[in-house]
Amino acid sequence: METVYLYDGSFDGFLSCVFDSYVYHEEPLHFWDQDSREPTLFSTRDIPTDPAHAERVRIGLGRISPEALWLVIRGFLTCAPDREVILFRFIRRLMVRGRPLLRQLTDDTVFPLRKAVRHLEGEVHLLKGFVRFSDFEGLLAGEIRPKNRVLPLLRPHFCDRMYNETFLLYDRAHREALVYRPGQWAILPMESFRMAAPSQEEAQYRRLWKRFYDTVEIRERHNPKLRRTHMPQRYWETMTEFQGEDYFRPAQPEVPGSAPLPGGSAGEEA
Amino acid sequence: MDVMDKLTILTDAAKYDAACTSSGAQRRHRAGAIGNTSASVAGCCHTFSGDGRCVTLLKVLMTNCCVYDCKYCVNRCSNDTRRALFSPEELAELTIQFYRRNYIEGLFLSSGVLVSPDYTTERMIRCLDLLRSRHRFNGYIHAKAIPGTSPELVTRLGLLADRLSVNIELPSERGLNALAPNKSRQSIFRPMGLITNTLRQNKEELVKYRHAPHFAPAGQSTQMIIGATPDSDRHILSLTQALYDKYRLKRVFYSAYVPVVENTLLPSLDTKPPLLREHRLYQADWLLRFYGFRAEELLDEEDPNFNPLVDPKCSWALKHPAFFPVEVNDAGREELLRVPGVGTVSAGRILSARRARRLDHEDLRKLGVVMKRAQYFITCKGKVAEGVKLHADSILRNLIAAERAALPGTETEQLSLFDRAV
Repeated sequence: METVYLYDGSFDGFLSCVFDSYVYHEEPLHFWDQDSREPTLFSTRDIPTDPAHAERVRIGLGRISPEALWLVIRGFLTCAPDREVILFRFIRRLMVRGRPLLRQLTDDTVFPLRKAVRHLEGEVHLLKGFVRFSDFEGLLAGEIRPKNRVLPLLRPHFCDRMYNETFLLYDRAHREALVYRPGQWAILPMESFRMAAPSQEEAQYRRLWKRFYDTVEIRERHNPKLRRTHMPQRYWETMTEFQGEDYFRPAQPEVPGSAPLPGGSAGEEA
Repeated sequence: MDVMDKLTILTDAAKYDAACTSSGAQRRHRAGAIGNTSASVAGCCHTFSGDGRCVTLLKVLMTNCCVYDCKYCVNRCSNDTRRALFSPEELAELTIQFYRRNYIEGLFLSSGVLVSPDYTTERMIRCLDLLRSRHRFNGYIHAKAIPGTSPELVTRLGLLADRLSVNIELPSERGLNALAPNKSRQSIFRPMGLITNTLRQNKEELVKYRHAPHFAPAGQSTQMIIGATPDSDRHILSLTQALYDKYRLKRVFYSAYVPVVENTLLPSLDTKPPLLREHRLYQADWLLRFYGFRAEELLDEEDPNFNPLVDPKCSWALKHPAFFPVEVNDAGREELLRVPGVGTVSAGRILSARRARRLDHEDLRKLGVVMKRAQYFITCKGKVAEGVKLHADSILRNLIAAERAALPGTETEQLSLFDRAV
């Protein structure tokens, strides 16, 4: 009989589904979380999230190979449209074949999973460079709109790089944020986030960066296609150098006699 | 002059430098310090400029004032252009603030020659020292060693920077004498050799004493200008190989000459930069570094230049029909790497996947092999892919057609070249 599993969308929830599929001896057709539920003619089964069950699946996978567990964890973060089905098929096959399956890169259960994970890791790699922070009186804030859920994989990179800073990185697509202050981090759901208008100093650094970006191009070599190949246009939305004029305007108009700006004439060489 | 103007002038003057990498140094964060260096082997690109080149570092000159008069250079003393000079404090502050906002991976500091090479290098050292000691900047720094600088200063520079580079500028001594009268072959190779030796000594010291200071942990690189002098690709590639072998360089960069000045010794101002030639040289450079090729295999006296129509690996393959076809299920890594369309990653995947079962053509596609090139040179389980004709002429024609869309240069140019070849 063909069944659709309904679960809460969490990783533990998904692992509970895997556990229960063995209990009920069935191979579910789909896994729907709260957002993707729709009326269906198939029979459905509500799977409660049970941390103990999830833990048993986790241990089982790790026992076969730590790499397998690592693949499943990453696979769950990808944006593959039927990632649960891909993962489920992979896990079922893995339980039968064991560790050698991991090397069979062309296998029908391994290939889609590896492909999705490669996409995720590619996006993580690009975003390590493309994230832009703004300084709000010492607190750094940035926004991204990735396809995959990249925050858990960006976390080690940014928490190490910005070890002594306090920052927030908001994922618009999945409505969650990575928040960090020295020695402490968390990834929290956050419904919405709007960045405040920049201070004088922040606006000036944005302008300086924009100027640097525009100047560093060799015009004789202009090649927009190559640029889009390396840096797909969907990332531009949150990058400083592609923002409109308003982005570079400070919150308050300039007050004469205020603190010197980074672009001011201070620091002229003697 | 404010920082905005200085940044504009000194970026504009530095943009012709090709090197922009951040790989090779792996440093984690330190308490109280700012930043780390990228753990990825590929480095980290922060943006791509309108010409499609990666921007990783804040690439600026300390000053574009220069006492030298190199004919090909925008900053030569006889050129009438606006001059500027960063104060160490300004540049350090700019680097830190850009770095915190994740605009950049670090600083690339080069400079025109102010007064003398030693004087200039001392100023650069002052700036880097300020960044490292006062601002406790722990990110990536690439510094240029200026030919003619005294050895002690180069050593001090190397202790502050992650990577050092000395630009060869022109691939031959003849070109150098004609176009860069103030530089000599010797003045370029002396600091390069010095850096190579210091790197070797430093490696030994680090084995003995864990806390010995690191000298340029990301090694050294160089760059040469392509197309300003009549040197052949063969000459350039042999030089590149010698630099990798003898000086242990991490990278050799090529920079297609962009005509910036009118001079009888140089290509005229309306010459287009030889982008396709630069592209072919980079492809060959990769073959030297990762694919086990030697320069003399790729080019010989009869063919001293690369075929613009097909990439160097394809042209090697077409000249060595006896080497092919390669049976993917039995060939070793070195053999696989010589097949056009197979890269280091896909070769690794083939080796892994074929331990599970013998591979066919469809599997190779999944493993990331570029079949439109590879299909002419491989067999799977003894079979050639269906519908593939192994006739030298048609292979060449198909390989040219397969690559044409991705090449730099205009379509019309490519088409006319194509017609001539057939």
